[in-house]
Amino acid sequence: MPATIKGRVKSYFRRAMRRDDIDDDTDIFEAGVVDSLFAVQLVAFTEQEFGVVVEDDDLDLANFRSVNELAEFVTRKSALSQG
Amino acid sequence: MIENGEPGVARREEFRSFVEATIAPHAARFDREEKLDHDVIRKIAGAGYLTPWLPKKWGGEAMDMTVYGLLNEEVGYACAATRSLLTAHGMVAQAIHRCGSTSQRDRYLPLLSNGDRIAAFALSEPAVGSDAAHPELSAVPVTDGFRLQGTKTWITLGQIADLFLVLAQCEGEATAFIVDRRSEGLSVTPIAGMLGARGAMLATLDFDGCVVAADQVLARPGSGFSLVAATALDHGRYGVAWSCVGMIRACLDTATRYTSERSQFGAELSQHQLVRRIIADMLTGQHAADLLCRRAGTLREAGDPNAVMETIIAKYFASKAAMRAAVDAVQLLGANGCSDRYPVARILRDAKVMEIIEGSSEISQLSIAGHAYRQHPVGSGPPPAEST
Repeated sequence: MPATIKGRVKSYFRRAMRRDDIDDDTDIFEAGVVDSLFAVQLVAFTEQEFGVVVEDDDLDLANFRSVNELAEFVTRKSALSQG
Repeated sequence: MIENGEPGVARREEFRSFVEATIAPHAARFDREEKLDHDVIRKIAGAGYLTPWLPKKWGGEAMDMTVYGLLNEEVGYACAATRSLLTAHGMVAQAIHRCGSTSQRDRYLPLLSNGDRIAAFALSEPAVGSDAAHPELSAVPVTDGFRLQGTKTWITLGQIADLFLVLAQCEGEATAFIVDRRSEGLSVTPIAGMLGARGAMLATLDFDGCVVAADQVLARPGSGFSLVAATALDHGRYGVAWSCVGMIRACLDTATRYTSERSQFGAELSQHQLVRRIIADMLTGQHAADLLCRRAGTLREAGDPNAVMETIIAKYFASKAAMRAAVDAVQLLGANGCSDRYPVARILRDAKVMEIIEGSSEISQLSIAGHAYRQHPVGSGPPPAEST
């Protein structure tokens, strides 16, 4: 099981999209890999997988559009909740 | 049916008693008069059924999502128009709950929960239906907020709603606004003559320079469709799916009773094999729809990301099954089925609406097929043939 936040995000992206050609910086919405419904799914994944609460201010597609963006967002949120 | 030992059996009985006493006696009249009774809405609110899934701090009871599904099934069994209240109102409450600021939640959720305010989701426009991510209604920033200009239409409960969740185009980005009905520059025109869900009191909303305060923006500008509207629609689809289970059950109850009591060619209709085939398909459709809804409910309760797609699948299947059941029930009842002496004609008209709202069957198929392709790896050639 991937231990790092980024590893877990990557693993979910692979599972959900069954694609190996998603770079860590690929904008999955721009690339048309997923439809807009996937954003709601990603919010649920983030909360369930990492136990963070996605607040209204966090509801910005920029936080969810790539492996790197989402991993950074979760890292930020986790640090805040621990601080 | 999976009934014995299921969570929520007692609640189902509670819902059924409420519906039988409060809603069912009026369903045909709501359809005929094309409006709901304020008194019935008040009783639904008083029973805590408007947004029972909300946390207790905002007036809900944190109801389990499968139990909430049963509530939708029982109300849908009696009256699809009344049940649309749970969807339209619930979609706005869910959007505020998931996407709203703390002050927006504190301000609106208690009022929505106890029914002091009724809400409606203003998404469709005269020229915008399935492509709802690209509204034409514009929101232009002004000194005291945003000025809305444009038209929303086919808005369920628009005739009586106190506040609207409105999706607008703001500086090129879909943005969601909470708009008070009393806002200057907003006018509401009732829509009559709909095919089904006739009591749902649809309306057209005209925004003519309607100014909305900046703190009425829900979530960030640009997240209006992909996060706010998608969250609302996801919630709405779940209730619609369960409602369809109730509608199939209503068709089945009517059809089995009718075909057991009426005789033709010297035998009860129920003894004719072609009739039994139809009844068998109806019951199978009900069970399958029920199980898909329960699967979606379990995933929703767990906060599982797969819940979004499983809810689309449940709504797609259940609405198709409801339409088939209603067509078949009318067929079995013959001329009686085409009359208003039995509920199946109304259910047939209502079932067609279920195939259209909260994502049409065709849009659902696109989403489901996209999901299927994502779940199955694409190889470099055709699948290997089986050896002979």
